[in-house]
Amino acid sequence: MLADKDRIFTNLYGFQSPGLEAARKRGAWDNTKTLIDAGKDWVIGEMKASGLRGRGGAGFPTGLKWSFMPKPDPARPSYLVVNADESEPGTCKDREIMRNDPHLLIEGCLIASFAMGAHACYIYVRGEYIFERERLQAAVDEAYAANLIGKNNVHGWPFDLYVHHGAGAYICGEETALLESLEGKKGMPRLKPPFPANMGLYGCPTTVNNVESIAVAPTILRRGAAWFAGFGAKNNAGTKLFCISGHVNQPCNVEEAMSIPFRELIDKHCGGVRGGWDNLLAVIPGGSSVRCVPAAQIIDCPMDFDSLGKLRSGLGTAAVIVMDKSTDIIRAIARLSYFYKHESCGQCTPCREGTGWMWRVMERMVEGRAQKREIDMLLDVTTRVEGHTICALGDAAAWPIQGLIAHFRPEIEKRIDSYAANPHSDPIRMAAE
Amino acid sequence: MTKVSVDGKIIDVPADYTLLQACEEAGAEIPRFCFHERLSIAGNCRMCLIEVKGGPPKPQASCAMSVRDLRPGPNGEPPAMFTNTPMVKKAREGVMEFLLINHPLDCPICDQGGECDLQDQAMAFGVDSSRYGESKRAVEDKYIGPLVKTSMNRCIHCTRCVRFTAEVAGTGDMGAIGRGEDMEITTYLESAMESELQGNVTDLCPVGALLPAPQSFRARSWELQKTQSIDVMDAVGSAIRIDTRGREVMRILPRINEAVNEEWISDKTRQIVDGLRTQRLDRPYLRENGRLRAATWQEAFAAIAAKVKAAPPDKIGAIVGDLASVEEIYALKNLMRAIGTPNIDCRQDGSKLHPKFGRASYLFNASIAGIDDADALLIVGSNPRREAPVLNARIRKRWLRGNFPIGVIGEQADLTYAYRYIGAGLESLDPAAVKPPESCKKPMLLIGQGALARADGAAVLARAMDVAKAGRAIAGDWNGFSVLHTAASRVGALDLGFAPAEGGIDALAMARGGVDVLFNLGADEIEIASGAFVIYQGSHGDLGAHRADVILPGAAYTEKSGTFVNTEGRVQLGERAAFPPGAAREDWAILRALSDALGCKLPFNSLNALRVALYRDYPHFAMIDQIAPGAKFESMDGLAASADKTPFKSAVSDFYLTNPIARASAVMAECSALALGRARQAAE
Repeated sequence: MLADKDRIFTNLYGFQSPGLEAARKRGAWDNTKTLIDAGKDWVIGEMKASGLRGRGGAGFPTGLKWSFMPKPDPARPSYLVVNADESEPGTCKDREIMRNDPHLLIEGCLIASFAMGAHACYIYVRGEYIFERERLQAAVDEAYAANLIGKNNVHGWPFDLYVHHGAGAYICGEETALLESLEGKKGMPRLKPPFPANMGLYGCPTTVNNVESIAVAPTILRRGAAWFAGFGAKNNAGTKLFCISGHVNQPCNVEEAMSIPFRELIDKHCGGVRGGWDNLLAVIPGGSSVRCVPAAQIIDCPMDFDSLGKLRSGLGTAAVIVMDKSTDIIRAIARLSYFYKHESCGQCTPCREGTGWMWRVMERMVEGRAQKREIDMLLDVTTRVEGHTICALGDAAAWPIQGLIAHFRPEIEKRIDSYAANPHSDPIRMAAE
Repeated sequence: MTKVSVDGKIIDVPADYTLLQACEEAGAEIPRFCFHERLSIAGNCRMCLIEVKGGPPKPQASCAMSVRDLRPGPNGEPPAMFTNTPMVKKAREGVMEFLLINHPLDCPICDQGGECDLQDQAMAFGVDSSRYGESKRAVEDKYIGPLVKTSMNRCIHCTRCVRFTAEVAGTGDMGAIGRGEDMEITTYLESAMESELQGNVTDLCPVGALLPAPQSFRARSWELQKTQSIDVMDAVGSAIRIDTRGREVMRILPRINEAVNEEWISDKTRQIVDGLRTQRLDRPYLRENGRLRAATWQEAFAAIAAKVKAAPPDKIGAIVGDLASVEEIYALKNLMRAIGTPNIDCRQDGSKLHPKFGRASYLFNASIAGIDDADALLIVGSNPRREAPVLNARIRKRWLRGNFPIGVIGEQADLTYAYRYIGAGLESLDPAAVKPPESCKKPMLLIGQGALARADGAAVLARAMDVAKAGRAIAGDWNGFSVLHTAASRVGALDLGFAPAEGGIDALAMARGGVDVLFNLGADEIEIASGAFVIYQGSHGDLGAHRADVILPGAAYTEKSGTFVNTEGRVQLGERAAFPPGAAREDWAILRALSDALGCKLPFNSLNALRVALYRDYPHFAMIDQIAPGAKFESMDGLAASADKTPFKSAVSDFYLTNPIARASAVMAECSALALGRARQAAE
């Protein structure tokens, strides 16, 4: 279990004030000038050495991402964009950071912008996060008032920070859709290449990072890369915010070391699974987009990118959704399918047409009103969506269903059998919302 | 140049080629819906997916990736892509299945049937059955104007139409609302589109979602006879294809001509079709006791002969209208020469352009394709959006590329691009004041008939020439002095010298009563005073026919083979697609027959013989599809300067009703009413 002294987010639960004064007492804005004076190469080097992998879901090494930014060019300024459009079902870690520890994020923005030569940074806050936006904006105003950021700030790196409030579309969490939305256009993902590091916001070099990736950066630099790299398994370094929801006794957000076994995570922080470990059915370990993992495989699995990847699932945003045996797993996945159908932007064909198709078939499978051959057909349809779309939403829509079919096919077949065994006329269908 | 391997075949292509272009270069066909050469890349239909070696293990959209983004093989082999692997086959079949699950199976009643990209590609790249058992999506049809009928169930969301209105037309009329499978293409408030090029979205639409409304349920594409021809609605001379069934013109479509219209045509060009059927003059008429009565050709000719014989030659005149082809103008000119009158004119709008100032003084010298090379533009007395929408789209295309300052003297109108407004009239046309930036190598001066069709037109022309010279628009090889005509016949007629010779009077003077016998070849934009005996030869019962004493029914442009010279001086040949109605005849033949009745028989008995004579007299008319080089300016010295401060006004006030065919068209009338309503609303 992670010792209290090793926690980065010391006000995660909001027991103290999120304000500047309290944040300073907790260590924020401590010696920031020294970190900046050490130079960008040192900052990027430390970030690489810390082994921090992006906390937004894909797990791309953050230091490496920062090093992709081209040399400063007065005609094409560089931008840092912080992705606070946290909309993945089950995920609520950035929310707590913005609510209770916003100064860590603001300080991180300054340091990250300095490391990539950006003088302006935008934080794109999810539309539904109204309170968080207010808290964050208040903290930004405080930082400006204290001259910690701004044109002539005490750190000697001219830097402006803007908080932008989105309109509440899941797809705007995709980095290029986020940039489009930030530019005032419809939030539809762009084609890659060109990647944002070359052609990002307003056609200029841009790095898009998750809130957590940015917010941990100042502490990593203060305490040293080796400290951070000391947590977790090889290649999965550091501490991580886990958002545990579902059928545990005490759902919570908690900062833990990476690679903590699942059983330990649940027992230590959540008071165990509801009804005991035997009652565990399955876990979605990384937010709604990854494949679910049945109880037997997950219980002793270390919670990190690589171990979960081996189970054909993923750590994602570390939003652990625990389901006990009272769960109708088919219905649970069908609800996720509806989510992706609802949030598809409609730009490219496989996702626009495929998400609706998959959801409709899933709805029938929930009732059992389907043919068994349709299970294979559904699986085939998911493979025709996955990998054929502009952005990863197509993949995200396909994976939960693939996980369901991989692990719970007998469950679906049983449902179909029981529907067929009870001859009755079709129920009166309600209009779909 | 970069070496790439397509299906194992090594080819050399420029690095900025897209994978799709590279594959086509190698002879591999790539299906596509959203990709269009003249629009930005959307990459959203996912039909063009191919396999790329060395990248992520998923198919790539070939329309959106360029050759330079490819990685070479591990041992330096050229980057490899494949269009015939199982991965590509699966991707295509998958995307096609997705496109079809919500596409209605109404091909038998869809007007796009037979020329539908979705149909063709489903045959070539799809599978034979669908596994989709759910209900299909239903989308309400939208009103987007009188020219485009929507059937939105069929839409596959390729967004070509959205990109067209945003990029080429520049009006941004269309867009997509809603998300995911609820996405709908619309004009937002379901108002009519405002662009003069909106009809082109029906060509761009790869399925039957956007169809030309006036042609709705009238013909199937495979029953139509296709004739390649030239448009006469403006002086651009767009390349068109006239589709006929039997005697009837069913529709008009654009042809690709990179030098002129690329692949766009204006709405007037496209939807004039119903005007070709109504208000037609199908037999000769004679005015007796103030009323026109149907007559025979003999009666008509006899009446004309009597009047012509009675009048002295210098009291006989001829005016040529806007839609006449070179052949009949040539015949008319020869006839007038035989009669011995100097009173001939083709400038019914009162333009002061004259062949005596040199051919370069009345041509669009920069050429339409030359707009792409120009680096500054001054528009004088013209609204190109109304006078030549296709040419205006070319200007917009150049403007979008950047570094193209545009100045306007004349009307301050929405031209679909930003410009600096300099002034309203002649006083702003000052060589010192309107110089282009020093860095410009190829500045252009576009002057419209609004500046030239006025009493001081010649002085304006001279001043504009001074401005062009002072602004380096006429320097060395570059001639950026460009006259934008509005009449398809005008340049051809000026080339033939159909303008008052020494001692002759011009069109306006003739119409005011300067002649006793006036021969009117399709001039319907000019008010002819009472008194003169007017012979009207034309295709439609319009202003000219109402004033006529004798009407000779002629052929419309779709019903005759004729040469037209566009505003840049490009000689183009229009072909006959249908036959004139009733007793109407091709115009050169009427003039030939009339000349016999007048006792001065013209020396040709066939169109070929006429053309032989024409090419002998004016060799450049034989250079079909080309611009004869060497157009020169003649001296304009000795012209009185003008102090007229009247603002320049565009020659076209209503784009949809500029000629007798357009005025006979109900579709054009509806468009005009809509445009008028918008203008009124904007004025409020």
